[in-house]
Amino acid sequence: MPLSDDLRDLYQQVILDHSRNPRNHGEIPPPCLHAHGDNPSCGDEIDVWLRLSEDGQNIDDLKFTGQGCAISQASASMMTQKIKGKSQAQAVAMREDFRRLVMGDGTPTDEDSLGELVLLEGVQKFPQRVKCAMLAWRALEQALESGRA
Amino acid sequence: MDWHRIRSDFPILDQQVNCHPLVYLDSAASSQKPRAVINALSHYYQHDNSNVHRALHELSSRATDAFEAARKKVARFIGAATEVEIIFTRGCTEGINLVANTWGVQNLRSGDVILITGMEHHSNLVPWQLLAQRTGATLKHIPVLDDGTLDTAAVEVLLTEQVKLFAFVHISNSLGTINPARELCAKARAVGAVTLLDGAQSTGHMPVNMVDIGCDFFVFSGHKMCAPTGIGVLYGRYALLESMPPWHGGGEMIASVTLEGSTFKEPPHRFEAGTPDIAGVIGVGAAIDYLEAIGLENIQRHDTNLSNYAMQCMSEVPGIRILGPQSGHRGSLVAFHLDFAHPHDLVEYANTYGIAMRGGNHCTQPLMKRFKVPGTTRASFYFYNTIEEINRLVEVLFAARKFFT
Ligand SMILES: Cc1ncc(COP(=O)(O)O)c(C=O)c1O
Repeated sequence: MPLSDDLRDLYQQVILDHSRNPRNHGEIPPPCLHAHGDNPSCGDEIDVWLRLSEDGQNIDDLKFTGQGCAISQASASMMTQKIKGKSQAQAVAMREDFRRLVMGDGTPTDEDSLGELVLLEGVQKFPQRVKCAMLAWRALEQALESGRA
Repeated sequence: MDWHRIRSDFPILDQQVNCHPLVYLDSAASSQKPRAVINALSHYYQHDNSNVHRALHELSSRATDAFEAARKKVARFIGAATEVEIIFTRGCTEGINLVANTWGVQNLRSGDVILITGMEHHSNLVPWQLLAQRTGATLKHIPVLDDGTLDTAAVEVLLTEQVKLFAFVHISNSLGTINPARELCAKARAVGAVTLLDGAQSTGHMPVNMVDIGCDFFVFSGHKMCAPTGIGVLYGRYALLESMPPWHGGGEMIASVTLEGSTFKEPPHRFEAGTPDIAGVIGVGAAIDYLEAIGLENIQRHDTNLSNYAMQCMSEVPGIRILGPQSGHRGSLVAFHLDFAHPHDLVEYANTYGIAMRGGNHCTQPLMKRFKVPGTTRASFYFYNTIEEINRLVEVLFAARKFFT
């Protein structure tokens, strides 16, 4: 059966691959920062675990666990790959770039830096799925905030 | 029965969605409306619109007559002893909250038990949690077995004299299970418990009769049985209604008012404060006329044929797990989990082929936990659906399997 282009864009092979074989999947033993994110309306859940460098600047390790739709799981998997090793400031900037990408409000400031994550641009056409794509990123932000508190 | 002609009574079904003919398989969430109901609303607004029970002019008396005629129709439709047992609400949810906040608050004490089941919609769970918090009563539930039916052995243990209220769903919106309402109500009566039956998924799908079932309260929503949204019914046995205090105060429900205090009307008006959804009530009346002209037995038979056929075809999809009773007696819905696609991905995928289904927890989170699924996809049927539409669904499920694996 012929598939719509929008759907093909939403579920690209790379995205489906990440959802089936999530990277950096698992927990980080303490001491670490942790946050839980969920979308109560659809039941998707993601836990983000991260370890900062000794000076607190860098995200040395980042993992996630959770369950949910292909979009939320793929976004989490791709996020961990992209963010691991980056500084806190870079992570916050990327989150904003990514949010603008999936919401489709203006061009991201630095599309190159998002790398593979730009494949999730197809979410723009499915506004109800934005919260799926953002779930892991909201948890990441919370985990970072808990470290600053 | 000419089901294809009946289907053509529903103008909304004749449309393309995403360049495919619409296949509407979400009637358990809300049914579509036949022209007869749409026309009744439009006729009311074009000819008779005015407030009820308040004025002596011609339009008000027409509106009042139509409103009260609908109440009589509902009473007959659900086999109530008299129309004064029929209270108009916004839907199931409001009806249940009304009972919790009036009868519940008046009759429950610490040490009493409110019994429900593990397959309740949140609307027949959360109001009882709130009531239990408020009164100190304890909320207990009858577990659901792996086959989606109630644990009857547990009923014997849990239905004790401490139980003041037993509230349960007639047909589960997440499993399709049809609970033995009459038998359960008889058991509850034997221990002196009052019963509330959630008829959201049964009313309009099968004949229901209050006297025969023997429940004390019954709720349903118009929008799931061809009537408009925003209107529903609470049935209550008159002796109970008469003993209950009002819930909402305001116009329509009072007998006399002074600045110091008020006296209240008899039921049902005591529980209908403010201007009601008059057009909605008239819509319910029109929906009942429409359904009765087809015949509830005919509707039930057709619904059952559709869901049996769907069960049979869908069980051939590799990796599918269908929740609820696997055969025979079940409501007209199939809820399932696929090992290759999350419900939201599947619903999104099917939508691009014009198929409308619902994915998620269906307002039954405890049940999803019980069956260890993050959610399910639900295809639900009504008499306007066809075998061809089910074939289309199955074709799309096979295609989805290829796409997602
Ligand atoms: C079994 C059941 N109970 C209660 C409800 C609540 O109905 P409403 O939202 O119309 O009040 C529904 C509908 O979603 C239902 O399926």
